[in-house]
Amino acid sequence: MVYIAMATGFLLILIGFYGALTNRNLLRMIVAFSIADTGINLVIISVGYLPGRTAPILDTTVTAAAAAARIIDPVPQALVLTAIVIGVGVTALMLAYTLKLYEKKRTLDIAKFTELKW
Amino acid sequence: MSGLMTAMTAVLCIAMLVAALVAIRVLGDKSLPIAILAAGLVSLLASVLFLILASPDVAMTEAAIGSGLSTFLFFFVLARIRSWEKGEREYDGEKHD
Amino acid sequence: MTGKNMIKRLLALLLLASIGAMFASLLLAYVPDTDLNFTARYYAEHTAADIGAANIVTAIIVTYRGLDTLGEVTVLFLASGIVGLVLSFGRKQNTTLRNLVPVGELLTTASQYLAPIIMLLGVYVFVNGHLTPGGGFQGGAIIASGMLLLLLSDPLKRFSHTLIATVESFSGVGYIALGLVGLVLAGGFLDSRILPNGVLGELISAGAIPLIYSLIGLKVGAEFSSMLTSLSETEDL
Repeated sequence: MVYIAMATGFLLILIGFYGALTNRNLLRMIVAFSIADTGINLVIISVGYLPGRTAPILDTTVTAAAAAARIIDPVPQALVLTAIVIGVGVTALMLAYTLKLYEKKRTLDIAKFTELKW
Repeated sequence: MSGLMTAMTAVLCIAMLVAALVAIRVLGDKSLPIAILAAGLVSLLASVLFLILASPDVAMTEAAIGSGLSTFLFFFVLARIRSWEKGEREYDGEKHD
Repeated sequence: MTGKNMIKRLLALLLLASIGAMFASLLLAYVPDTDLNFTARYYAEHTAADIGAANIVTAIIVTYRGLDTLGEVTVLFLASGIVGLVLSFGRKQNTTLRNLVPVGELLTTASQYLAPIIMLLGVYVFVNGHLTPGGGFQGGAIIASGMLLLLLSDPLKRFSHTLIATVESFSGVGYIALGLVGLVLAGGFLDSRILPNGVLGELISAGAIPLIYSLIGLKVGAEFSSMLTSLSETEDL
């Protein structure tokens, strides 16, 4: 199961990069980057997964004393939580700049943006 | 139980890959709204997968932020660009790129 | 033109093939751990006694790696600020009214009733961040979804930027202030043990974590809302 999830994550990264490299529409490139983002998060989460264990939340079935033997690695989860939030911030920034570029040039084709400054 | 989970993971993963291929215009429809929706679908399925991988915190974050908010950010921008495009066509009567 | 495109596509595929080969070697060499590593074991064994939070991920985010979270909130703040700045630059004052497609009766009526409940759910999620899955970031995003529903039901609605900015600044200052209190009263910056740990699994427990995570939730909600409102107000350009 971990291998399937990890392979999917790697494939999503590759698909995202392919989309970003072959599409020339700015919005499509941003969509592709967000797919690669999801793939990276998936890989990190599946690294933290240990087969046969449960989520890192203590309750009556997973007591504090038995936690070390019952839970999966919580650190990748904390990292990915951060990464998702930062990812949407970066996406919002890219979209805002796209709107600005469209306003100036009235096109979304990246090949039309040849100058250094708009 | 474990076999069922593995099968479910496999189905989810295949669905995610197909949605991702639709989003980057390799498969299926070529329109941009479909691509954005497909990217949102990838995020949504990823959040289910995170739940299977015993990470409920990450699953919630991905469902609320990755698949909810960011899809709508895309749609806001797309709607804005569409309305400018339309306004321009009405204004000078010629088709723009 | 097509020949050039073909070469480009071929180069892209070549690059991806090499990255893919690296990924494949990583994947083939990967063996899942059978036991927790050193750091994770420390967190698993010490969270309940030291921090008192039932959700270990929350304990890591708010206390053990609180500085990371402060940086994350700062990055988000910068992103929302830059979105506002970029989109407001060169905005015209006189706006022509667009003829919008009228919003359906169903959406307007439903959003009136649903938006407060959605925001309440967001508050629930971040107040219970130390007990159940969820926390400030998820709760903040849910609050912003409520705002989004209101925006969808009335696209010409204008939220008070002053209110959003006030909520954001006060929660940000409160977050830093709690961190500084931790520096004085407990072990260090953003230490949550300034309040008693209480009983594991109760709402008022885990020291200052519910307070800190609520402030983070408000701040994140305000930041996402300001991003959404600045993106939706761009028709004034």
